[in-house]
Amino acid sequence: MCVTCGCNPDDNQVKIIDVNNKKAQTSHVHSHEHNHGHEHEHEHTHDHEHTHDHEHTHDHDHDHVHLHYETKEIDLEKEILHKNDLLAERNRGYFDAKNIFSINLVSSPGSGKTSLLERTIADLKKDIVFSVIEGDQQTTNDADRIAALEVPVIQINTGKGCHLDSDMISKAVKELAPADHSILMIENVGNLVCPSMFDLGENTRAVIISVTEGEDKPIKYPDMFYGSQICIINKIDLLPYLKFDIEKLKNYAKQVNPHLTFFEVSAYTGEGLEGWYDFLKKSIIN
Amino acid sequence: MHELSIVTSIIKTSEKEIVDKDERVLEIFLEIGKLSGIEIASLNFIWELATKGTVLQDSKVTIAQPEGKAKCLDCDFEYHLEKIYDSCTKCNSPFKSIISGKEFKINKLVISNR
Repeated sequence: MCVTCGCNPDDNQVKIIDVNNKKAQTSHVHSHEHNHGHEHEHEHTHDHEHTHDHEHTHDHDHDHVHLHYETKEIDLEKEILHKNDLLAERNRGYFDAKNIFSINLVSSPGSGKTSLLERTIADLKKDIVFSVIEGDQQTTNDADRIAALEVPVIQINTGKGCHLDSDMISKAVKELAPADHSILMIENVGNLVCPSMFDLGENTRAVIISVTEGEDKPIKYPDMFYGSQICIINKIDLLPYLKFDIEKLKNYAKQVNPHLTFFEVSAYTGEGLEGWYDFLKKSIIN
Repeated sequence: MHELSIVTSIIKTSEKEIVDKDERVLEIFLEIGKLSGIEIASLNFIWELATKGTVLQDSKVTIAQPEGKAKCLDCDFEYHLEKIYDSCTKCNSPFKSIISGKEFKINKLVISNR
């Protein structure tokens, strides 16, 4: 069962769908199984201080050395999300080797992640090669919107799961086979809590917040803002109609994470997108 | 309530350490930092029910809860972190490295075959 949200991979099939070719692959790709491959460093703290001679010859035919202990201590020292973190590093190595710049887009539902992606890809696809992984609990609606722009896209349906994890990304990337020197956009499941705990192996994490949400979201959900490098403030075309103080939002966000880089944009009107586009263009040159 | 899922995950990890069917976990040592986002009260509340009939039934649970601590990147001062977004208590800088409080680990299992 997922550590964070309660989704249960045992009865929850994750689907990876290649919407460009309409081919679905169903698999259990949840990674929280914790198959620790550590060697058991049994410290065998058997405290036989009495010297009775063990005449019983129970012959364990497996060659574990636990013939005489009564209790053993196992120093696990394992992160509960250990397996996810390992796989994330492998993904990161793959992206590095191919000069793929990967961005994990996180936000609450409805902040405009997919609209921002559509606009960005439509405007930049002459200059930059894109591929996209879409994460949603159900439907291929988002991936279909991206596929209409004729870029490679994979939809991951997490079923009951509320976030993407590194194992899903690893499998989706194999299916997607993104080009060298390209940008991989990973749109996470709309959720400001659970995705913050799962490293996907991305190069950068961008949290998107729209001005129709509260200014204090960064301190209500600090983990997500703490773990991101970029904060995109979307729907700024609506500002004249709202009682929303953008500076207040930025101050809260900077309080949580002073390293955040901000982009204030409207995916609808295109306002403010130049800065975001410059950032993307520079990201694959470096 | 994600604490139930955490307990379930801890049970699964513990089961992997059991090599004999006679074995069970006498004691388990967890380390859950105060900034990790896990509610210890909820964890305790659900523990007994969730571990019933598993290798962790009746195990003694010890949870270390490291306090949040940060080192200011501007003035090097080490200070207590109540919230992840607290600024330096000396110079008010928000730039910091968190040195404890984010732990989320199973440290040790004591397993018995009796």
